[in-house]
Amino acid sequence: MRFIFKTDYDQDIRLIKHRGAAFWYAVLGILLLAAPALLSEYFLSQLVFILIYSIVGLGLMLLAGFTGQVSIGHAAFLAVGAYTEAYLQSKGWPFAASLAAAAILSAATGVLVGLPALRTKGMYLAIATLAFGFIIEEVVVRAEGITGGNSGKQVGRIEVAGVLIDSEARFYYLTLILTVGVTLLVLNLMRSPTGRAFVAVRDSEISAQSMGIHLARYKTIAFALSAAIAGIGGAIYAHKLRFLSPEQFTFLQSIELLMMVVIGGLGFVHGAFFGAAFWVVTQQLIVLAKDYLPESIAQQSGLQPTVFGVILIAFVLFEPMGLYGRWLKVRTYLELFPFYRRGMFKRQKSYMKSERLK
Amino acid sequence: MTAPLLQADKLTVRFGGLTAVNNVSFSVQEGEIFTLIGPNGAGKTTTFNLISGLYRPTSGSIVFRGETISAMPPHRIAGKGIARTFQNIELFEHATVLQNLLIGRHTQRSTSLWQELLFTPATRRAELAFRAEVEKVVDFLDLQHYRDSLVAALPYGVRKVVELGRALCMQPKLLLLDEPSSGLNAEETDDMAFWIEDIRTDLGITVIMVEHDMSLVNRVSDRVLALNYGEVLATGKSSEVQSDPAVIEAYLGGVAA
Repeated sequence: MRFIFKTDYDQDIRLIKHRGAAFWYAVLGILLLAAPALLSEYFLSQLVFILIYSIVGLGLMLLAGFTGQVSIGHAAFLAVGAYTEAYLQSKGWPFAASLAAAAILSAATGVLVGLPALRTKGMYLAIATLAFGFIIEEVVVRAEGITGGNSGKQVGRIEVAGVLIDSEARFYYLTLILTVGVTLLVLNLMRSPTGRAFVAVRDSEISAQSMGIHLARYKTIAFALSAAIAGIGGAIYAHKLRFLSPEQFTFLQSIELLMMVVIGGLGFVHGAFFGAAFWVVTQQLIVLAKDYLPESIAQQSGLQPTVFGVILIAFVLFEPMGLYGRWLKVRTYLELFPFYRRGMFKRQKSYMKSERLK
Repeated sequence: MTAPLLQADKLTVRFGGLTAVNNVSFSVQEGEIFTLIGPNGAGKTTTFNLISGLYRPTSGSIVFRGETISAMPPHRIAGKGIARTFQNIELFEHATVLQNLLIGRHTQRSTSLWQELLFTPATRRAELAFRAEVEKVVDFLDLQHYRDSLVAALPYGVRKVVELGRALCMQPKLLLLDEPSSGLNAEETDDMAFWIEDIRTDLGITVIMVEHDMSLVNRVSDRVLALNYGEVLATGKSSEVQSDPAVIEAYLGGVAA
């Protein structure tokens, strides 16, 4: 059991709270840096997907997990980011500029989608974002001049500061830098007044107002930031896929993103990463399992959504705090070994199961 | 006599056909503890919601420190220095006590979104200053033990204190307490009474409260306003109001003729 002796308020503000955490994050950092040397190209590519989904998941976490505004149209922001990047790059914009433009344009779309959030809540807001997702999908199909419509759009390679990102390893490092950057921004936000205001809006709008929090402003900021982060994810996603077509940004993708953050642990920054990793790994496992399943089941197109659906239901029922919640329990068990009692987390209440998420 | 801190003038609010508050006027002096009493549904909490801006009055006005606040949105009223607690506790359940208290400092926010995203030294300084203020409240209300506890896991009595603390973190000029003793046991109510007195004398905050526990009302209030069916029955010292025939009738029913 670790007891932290606090002598300074700054200790509660620091991102890394104690030496143990510093050690493990250092190990994680070294492993991530060494990944291209350790993993084959295929697995490295999967790791890149985990990072990209983590970025998008962080965006969605900010909105759904921290501000309590559920969006089932997040693939739309991904699409805005991806197509902005693809289009601007084809016009010869440097990567930094087109990435910024992708983020800003996504943020602007986010503000637009946030407008109904000022008046609707919960399920109704979710439906509004869903409708918006369909609109963007349709726009992508129709705006052939920019998006290539149904025939798709090729995306070129990135060049950053004179370095051509032409290998999987380079692409991985670029994604890693972006992921770390976005994560730091989100962590900073969550330890500042704005992040706390988000949590306040999530947990009780009525008392948030009485604390001087301007609901409309903070909901709009949450939508803008969430969309901007998803847009950044989308931009890098475009380069990863090298070919964009509307069916990559459908309603199903939005649902998948939401499932990812719920399974990872709604309301925790870690949850976005856990969810993304779980998603990519499980997807691979399903592909592997297909070889061993009877033909009639393996060939079903709905196999993957079914498996994920079942997993989601299981999480909501048995571990509403998601993988991160499970991890907390395992960690506590190890820290207290052999004194862990059953029922230690009995009194945990999770945001997932609270009546606010209706 | 100086101008009152808060002046409610002919407040009326109607919800459809129901007149919840009808022509209610009162004024609260700086440094006073002013209590609203009345049977259930008398319009006490509605009056609170009018002051804190959650409802708009159908007619009438509320003037706070010389400024009309009855048309302002709630977050601006909070910024003017009016804090409140809620009858059924409205804390941020899935945050720690410390975070809840820090949200109480929100009206003092000085950093911009960009500074916060990058967590610049200015943001860190502002956060440390917030924390120092919050710690004063933690000491005042003896919440040291609960700093890092999640609100959802705390017993009711502690939550009530945390909610009071969160309101105090705003360093308000006027504090609205909606049934501070509801759900508390005798000992906790006693603590609450001490705190309310200290809030007035040590922190210099004017208090308006809604309360049913008459012993608490007698102990701390300077003046009492009795409401029934949204109308003022009597105003004055606690003992005067309690002996007022109209008040007795409202609580106990009329004397058989």
